[in-house]
Amino acid sequence: MVDSLATPKGQAGPAPSTNRIGLTLADYKGSPSTLCDGCGHDAITSQIIKAFYELGVDPYRVAKLSGIGCSSKTPAYFLNRAHGFNAVHGRMPSIATGVSAANKELLQIGISGDGDTASIGIGQFCHVVRRNVPLLYLVENNGVYGLTKGQFSATADIGSRLKSGVVNDLPAIDLCGLAIELGCSFVARSFAGDPKQLVSLLKAAISHNGTAVLDIISPCVTFNNHEGSTKSYKHAKETDIPLHEIGYIPFYEQITVDYQAGEVEEVTMHDGSHVLLKKLGNDYDPTDRVGALNTIRKAYEQQQFLTGLIYIDESKPNFNELMHLVDEPLASLKEDRLRPPKQVLDEIMKSLM
Amino acid sequence: MKTLAAESSQKQESDRIINDFSIQVATINGSGSQSSNNVLMRSIFQMGVPVSGKNLFPSNIAGLPTWFTIRASKEGYVARRRDSEILVAMNPQTAYEDVRSLKPGTVCISPVELKLDTIRQDVVHYQVPFTDLAAKATDQIKLRKLLTNMIYVGVVAQLLRIEEAEIDKAIRKQFEGKQKVIDLNLNAAAIGRNWARENLQKRDPYFIERLDKTKGKIIIDGNAAAAIGAMFAGASVVTWYPITPSSSLCETLIDYLKEYRVDKETGKATFAVIQAEDELAAIGMALGAGWAGARSMTSTSGPGISLMAEFAGYGYFTEIPTVIFDIQRVGPSTGMPTRTAQGDIIFAHLLSHGDTKHIVLFPATVEECYEMAMAAFDLAERFQTPVFVLSDLDLGMNNWMSDPFKYPLKPFDRGKVLTAEDLQKLGMFERYKDVDGDGICYRTLPGTKHPLAAYFTRGSGHNERSGYTERPEDYVHLMDRLNRKFNTARKHVPEPIVETAPNASIGIIACGSSHFAVQEGRDQLKAEAQLPVSYCRVRALPFTEHLRHFVEAHDHVYVVDQNRDGQLRDLIRLELPEHTMKIRSVRHYDGLPIDARFISEAILEQER
Ligand SMILES: Cc1ncc(C[n+]2csc(CCOP(=O)(O)OP(=O)(O)O)c2C)c(N)n1
Ligand code: SF4
Ligand SMILES: [Mg+2]
Repeated sequence: MVDSLATPKGQAGPAPSTNRIGLTLADYKGSPSTLCDGCGHDAITSQIIKAFYELGVDPYRVAKLSGIGCSSKTPAYFLNRAHGFNAVHGRMPSIATGVSAANKELLQIGISGDGDTASIGIGQFCHVVRRNVPLLYLVENNGVYGLTKGQFSATADIGSRLKSGVVNDLPAIDLCGLAIELGCSFVARSFAGDPKQLVSLLKAAISHNGTAVLDIISPCVTFNNHEGSTKSYKHAKETDIPLHEIGYIPFYEQITVDYQAGEVEEVTMHDGSHVLLKKLGNDYDPTDRVGALNTIRKAYEQQQFLTGLIYIDESKPNFNELMHLVDEPLASLKEDRLRPPKQVLDEIMKSLM
Repeated sequence: MKTLAAESSQKQESDRIINDFSIQVATINGSGSQSSNNVLMRSIFQMGVPVSGKNLFPSNIAGLPTWFTIRASKEGYVARRRDSEILVAMNPQTAYEDVRSLKPGTVCISPVELKLDTIRQDVVHYQVPFTDLAAKATDQIKLRKLLTNMIYVGVVAQLLRIEEAEIDKAIRKQFEGKQKVIDLNLNAAAIGRNWARENLQKRDPYFIERLDKTKGKIIIDGNAAAAIGAMFAGASVVTWYPITPSSSLCETLIDYLKEYRVDKETGKATFAVIQAEDELAAIGMALGAGWAGARSMTSTSGPGISLMAEFAGYGYFTEIPTVIFDIQRVGPSTGMPTRTAQGDIIFAHLLSHGDTKHIVLFPATVEECYEMAMAAFDLAERFQTPVFVLSDLDLGMNNWMSDPFKYPLKPFDRGKVLTAEDLQKLGMFERYKDVDGDGICYRTLPGTKHPLAAYFTRGSGHNERSGYTERPEDYVHLMDRLNRKFNTARKHVPEPIVETAPNASIGIIACGSSHFAVQEGRDQLKAEAQLPVSYCRVRALPFTEHLRHFVEAHDHVYVVDQNRDGQLRDLIRLELPEHTMKIRSVRHYDGLPIDARFISEAILEQER
């Protein structure tokens, strides 16, 4: 919970510790949350704060975006020093695409919900992934529309039951499977109740060059945390099968952990950071796209809740790279770069005479 | 055999109608006639005769009828005319209907095998063995259809006395860089010309004679003009989704940007063009880019505007600059995608739910498409709001003569943006505080390196510090301030152009592409009915004070609309409720560009 991170006010004590750019954890916080006590979304917010703090990301470099929903409110609850953009329902990806084209130096985190992404926003979700726009796309997945009081969303599992007894008889959309299918270069699934795994995945996603899709099961304590729900804390905890144990070493630190060959898979991120995936019995390779699709599909059929880094490809160029933009952000170009000289107009006019 | 030259010299000079008639070419869509028609039009232009071209085409790639009208006018009138004096009836599907609808005495050039002389004896027929001539032009069967188009150009040119050298020059320009194509077409035109010279007796009065009224002029369509404007406005993020009649704006812009806005050394672009998945995403991207500080734009037509509604209101309420071009076509719904209208005036102006209202610009000429594209970016950033540029199919896709565009003298207006240094000096920042009293607040861009820089943009209720609020007084405060900003815009949008006619007791108010028909209609009213009419051409919403002055200075005014409901008229009535009774209406909405006769007749009828 956000509260657990708060620096106690008015208490004399040692100076708060700071990260590598001299900021305290408090500098990464947002306004107080207005969500229900115990909402999974708040647990995710805490890990976002933690990840950015621990990585020492300059908040001014960050743009935090969202759609509409309880989940989409959360950018107000972290990184107050970053510009925020609470868009319209399901359309955060198009905003992110435009922001990124205008200023490719920004680090974008987009928060969405399962309704915001898998229903109204599925088109924009597909296309932002297809373009590989640099964006940490985090879906706070609770299987319902929290903000409109608990209707089923399109990620609700078949057979799951609302409090009112209504049973969902439509198949769930698996956002991770869909993302891999669409060529997503970073796909992960986790659980709001597993802060350790979540924070490592967040750090890896922040280091990723392109769209990183994080599908995080985030229980709605008010509308979907009961017996019969497949998105409850209890159900997620009981069925969670981690693919591996995840460690993250930022680019500015040496790898010091010892491990035996074959025991850990190491992925080098675009920014030089490393993700260490310690195998847990099974031999899962997150760089094998077809294998990843198979695994996710099988898990879907068996209603298993697989978590971890499902797929990663650090070689794929992002959308801005494909557009061959000049080095400086387009937003900072001045008239001398943007308005061609008079000779150009003369030349065009001559061609039209 | 008598030659045409000998024949025509026998004709009385006084019978001649010189440089003042229209030619209509009826062909099949996709048959390649567009290039031929351009050649014909250009050659007249090169002869110094003012000319305009209108393409009436179907929503279809190939196979349906299409008509291209070329109007030559020594007076420089360029609006559509209802009748043509010369028909080139190349389309067997429509030939009978086309010929039946002609005025007596019209010239009809047609393939001999259509036997059009059997259905109308009161028109002047020139029947041409196009099939035989095409066989002479090439032995490649595939090319014959295409070259037939250039053969009729040769025939028409010979009949009208368009100089051979000018036809050849126009062909060279049309197919620039493709020597083989040029040679084939030069030859085809010559075949048509020679055949006509040897076989046709001139029995009509129409001639093109050299004038000097097009020197230094350009020919361009409004979409290309807007594209040039957008490039010189420094558009850096361009988003779009293809739709007729807007597509060519972005397509032309892409061509120009690739040519002139790519660093020659590094090959890197000072622009991003994104073909979005739909118009909803297109405006989202444009708003995202505008928010982040780029000069962003999107271009679309009616159906796209409909999809953009939610985001348009978001942009208004959260105050994000972007430019939206709406190249209007006939609605409602899919309507008639290749026909023109001014049907989006009210919708675009008020686009979105709640009390939303937008700045709208109305270019009427290709030059204004260019200039208002630039003005739109300045206004968008000055007023931190989406700005709509309402063009239409007639203006956007048809060819118009114009003076060359002038290089902008004014530097960009990037509006009120605070940098980290500004913030340091100020020591505080509130995103939605009206510091200057003009309703326009200061903004910061994401990425600004200062602890005070960040703010939270939200479409929900927000206070001056951009915090969430549902307090009634906060909401009223915000809405009133937005209104103040809108009123400030009245002093910054392009003013109407007012032409007061001496002794005129009535006036016309119009916007956009109705302009040329209005001008010609006024001349008709003055010459034929001795009725002087003043003219106020509105160029933007919100209206400026000029509108009130104009209405008050006249007994009554006619508002010309190219839509069924009189949308401009209604907005003017809302603006000047005390003058409602003085405000009359002329409405044209059949999908064709409005013509001068329509206006002058409608006014005379109501004046009776
Ligand atoms: C265009 C539009 N339609 C409907 C709504 C109403 N609405 C607000 S939030 C929401 C669903 C949000 O669900 P989800 O994205 O799963 O977020 P959660 O609240 O569950 O975190 C809906 C339908 C809206 N804001 N906009
Ligand atoms: S309704 Fe559900 S999703 Fe919304 S804040 Fe409450 S617990 Fe969270
Ligand atoms: Mg939800």
